[in-house]
Amino acid sequence: MEEISNLMHGFGVVIQPFNLLVMVIGIVLGVLIGVLPGLGGANGVAILLPLTFSMPPTSAIIMLSCIYWGALFGGAITSILFNIPGEPWSVATTFDGHPMAQQGRAGEALTAAFTSSFVGALFAVIVITLVAPLVAKFALQFGPAEKFSVFFLAFCSFVGMGKEPPFKTLVAMMMGFALAAVGLDTVTGQLRLTFGFTELLGGFDFLIAVIGLFGIGEILLTMEEGLSFKGRAAGINGKVVLQTWMELPRYWATSLRSCLIGCWMGITPAGATPASFMSYGIAKRLSPKGRKFGTGKIEGVIAPETAAHAAGTSALLPMLSLGVPGSPTAAVLLGGLLIWGLQPGPLLFVEQTEFVWGLIASMYVGNVVGLIVVLTMVPFFAAILRIPFSIIAPIILVVCAIGAYTVHNSAFDVVLMLVFGVIGYVMKKCNYPMAPMVLAIVLGDKAEEAFRQSLLGSGGSLGIFWSNGLVGSIMTIGLVALLWPLIERIWGGMRARAAS
Amino acid sequence: MMSMRTILAGAAAALCVAPLSTSHAAWEPSRPVEIIVPAGPGGGADQMARVIQGIVTQHKLMKQSVVVVNKAGGAGGEGFLDMKASPGNPHKLAITLSNLFTTPLATGIPFNWNELTPLAMLALDEFVLWVNAEKPYKTVKEYIAAVKAAPAGQFKMGGTGSKQEDQIITVAVEKAAGVKFAYIPYKGGGEVAVQLVGNHVDSTVNNPIEAVAHWRAGKLRPLCVFDGKQLVYGDKVAGDLGWSSIPTCKSQGLDMEYLMLRGFFMAPKVTAEQVAFYVDLFKKVRETPEWKKLMSDGAFNQTFMVGAEYAKWVATEEKRHEALMKEAGFIAPKQ
Amino acid sequence: MSESSHGDGYGPRHRQVEIGVAAATAVFGAVVMAGSLQVGITWAVEGPRAGFFPFYVGLLILAASGVNAMRAMRTIAPGKLFASWKQLRSVASVVVPTAVYVLLLPHAGIYLSSALLIAVFMIWLGRYAWRMTLAVSVGMPFVTYFLFERWFLIPLPKGPIENMLGL
Repeated sequence: MEEISNLMHGFGVVIQPFNLLVMVIGIVLGVLIGVLPGLGGANGVAILLPLTFSMPPTSAIIMLSCIYWGALFGGAITSILFNIPGEPWSVATTFDGHPMAQQGRAGEALTAAFTSSFVGALFAVIVITLVAPLVAKFALQFGPAEKFSVFFLAFCSFVGMGKEPPFKTLVAMMMGFALAAVGLDTVTGQLRLTFGFTELLGGFDFLIAVIGLFGIGEILLTMEEGLSFKGRAAGINGKVVLQTWMELPRYWATSLRSCLIGCWMGITPAGATPASFMSYGIAKRLSPKGRKFGTGKIEGVIAPETAAHAAGTSALLPMLSLGVPGSPTAAVLLGGLLIWGLQPGPLLFVEQTEFVWGLIASMYVGNVVGLIVVLTMVPFFAAILRIPFSIIAPIILVVCAIGAYTVHNSAFDVVLMLVFGVIGYVMKKCNYPMAPMVLAIVLGDKAEEAFRQSLLGSGGSLGIFWSNGLVGSIMTIGLVALLWPLIERIWGGMRARAAS
Repeated sequence: MMSMRTILAGAAAALCVAPLSTSHAAWEPSRPVEIIVPAGPGGGADQMARVIQGIVTQHKLMKQSVVVVNKAGGAGGEGFLDMKASPGNPHKLAITLSNLFTTPLATGIPFNWNELTPLAMLALDEFVLWVNAEKPYKTVKEYIAAVKAAPAGQFKMGGTGSKQEDQIITVAVEKAAGVKFAYIPYKGGGEVAVQLVGNHVDSTVNNPIEAVAHWRAGKLRPLCVFDGKQLVYGDKVAGDLGWSSIPTCKSQGLDMEYLMLRGFFMAPKVTAEQVAFYVDLFKKVRETPEWKKLMSDGAFNQTFMVGAEYAKWVATEEKRHEALMKEAGFIAPKQ
Repeated sequence: MSESSHGDGYGPRHRQVEIGVAAATAVFGAVVMAGSLQVGITWAVEGPRAGFFPFYVGLLILAASGVNAMRAMRTIAPGKLFASWKQLRSVASVVVPTAVYVLLLPHAGIYLSSALLIAVFMIWLGRYAWRMTLAVSVGMPFVTYFLFERWFLIPLPKGPIENMLGL
């Protein structure tokens, strides 16, 4: 097959010493970028883009995409250790990853996260290798109505299953939607809910809310409980990686499902963040241990990490073949391609075979290199938890403040971060769930935008959401997911009656 | 011109030995220069800013480094207000697009371009009317007939943002041809082009660089360009066609011209020496092969203007935008 | 205020805090509704206007806050503490310095304020010797400077000291 020989040629390009070196540098930088909250993969790639102009395009894209892989890996680290998501897509990783660290199982959680990321990425790369043209065609099917249905499905599969009081969940979720609505309304170009404050022009960034609610809120809770990160007594040994690996194959079903969800969300392109939430939600529903999710279950780390990495990787496909970026990072990479004189689009695969297959080969090799790099760092990361609280806490505060600042280069965001921190503390104490709020901030304005774009196209008719098989079936699955707890109860009731 | 540049460069070189010199002959940045992009990463303005960053770094055109900062909030309002709030700061440049005019008008934020210092126009971005290549209409005339044949408000025009350049052009086309579109705003130009390829919208007014890949792949068809004269880039792009083979909209009976500013502004109250330094810098940037490549890839109109001429151009454009937007009902109500 | 029946020190009652939170969310909901009214909340021919969704979101927040307040009245034992004053004091010992920090940051620059924050924490909460404190509190801004400004070229807020040094 021609593809295979192209790929082999690609491997030949990638394993040149210079390219391997570039790859390791990229991964390490990426991990660093992923660890620092606020400094996202998009920033990292954007900042380093000019430095790569003097390299050959293939080496440059290898470096930049490796920064991207590194950031995907790195996002999980602070989520697990400090409850601070380094990247938006690792929010769902905090739900079970941080409790695991509190129980002294940080090494296990990190190993599971990194390995799952690797599996997700590998799956996505194989999909790209085998069915790239097909996938590109599929992505073209997605207009506003289809996009809305995907957001709707992501949302429905996540909500409606918490143990918190339903009206508190409702308040939290709606507050998330309200915060997402602040700023410029894309559809009418009007400013809304800004009340004349220029600081609110840009709206509430998801990252600021997350750094505050999760990161600062966690520090405040720790203070209340008396000055220590729990579970730091964890024995650090090099065997934790192997031990965790022994355990992982048991969760193959969760992994496979998360891979599929991730690829789907990456290609459509809805992005890695909704993918991670959706995958976590579905794993929680389908796992026999679902009710214990949130208390430190390893599946709760595997599901979001696998999906996020699969989505992050497959998001590069629509970028290359259609020129439409699946994530902010992909958007910057896209800019890079144009600067190097490569035109992303259907012809890229035909005209620039060396570049494309070099990139795909670098995805394979880059992820292997990435996995090795981050796994060797696991004991080191776990050791961070041994630093006394009164040293690490102010450092975390400073890092969070810098992170909040760099999102929009705005000092106001740093103030907001602290406000969100206090809100997060009170919410947690009063048993308000934070996850639906965060998901609503992520998906709220995108879903509303897609909804209203659809109606603009249909002349205001809601029928557009059932106008073809694709959108209709996604919407229906979404509704079923939303009503699932109800269906389950009715089903259970019927069975009980039949038994008696 | 050359001698002037040589003198400036020479003076700059002499001065860098003693940066605290009181001489006003030449000024140069003493810390990293920020380019404020009033749009998100990946867009046209952002790309241009990053190309300039790369060129300045690679050709060592400046001692200090260049930093690109995105401030996209409120349709770029965030970036403009930030510039306005840094009077006298010579280390901040803003690259602008048409939202320089449209954002204050559409949102009512307290900002006007004349609160900043005009620096230079680097290029103008073209707009082209695109349709899906599968569609039967091959000329503007056939296209307009098809729009008229469709039920009112059923023919979908996709564009970037709301009450911004794409929608302004759409409204102008509606006026010129006596038709009505359903305008659907998206977040980015690349996405708009893909929506057209996927037949989710019926036409777009994408910039050349946003749609060229799909044109080359035979998925899209350009009908006309919204410029007063045909484009100068004659190289073959798709089959036998090049940018220069696209007729102007005016010649096809669609009387509308629109070009988008890709220019730079500085903060208020900067000195003439500081402006002169950057004007000189941009002149050097324009000489580099990387810049020339970007221009031809994106089929840009390479008009270069500085000083009073530039300010006058911007003032004229502002009046025009105000008129166009007033006509379309896009001006924010006074609160 | 009645005496605590739980005996675990004194502090604000959980019920009052819950009602306070519900009141706060209700105010938030009302503000959102008011803001939505300014941009139009109707469903126009071409679909909902800018304020349509936020308005009903605000309404839902308002209504659900009412339910939460009522549930707090009915279900939470009156004596239950939210947290003891002692606990809240330790929470405040983080919130107050951090609040000063975030307000100081735009004026004094990030490096000086970060050094101060770290020093305050280490001396006040950790009771470290000044040598160790100095090393960490000065070291961290240095690392930050090189990492962000030099390596990643991200400008961070600067104050008079940085201006003096010409950074």
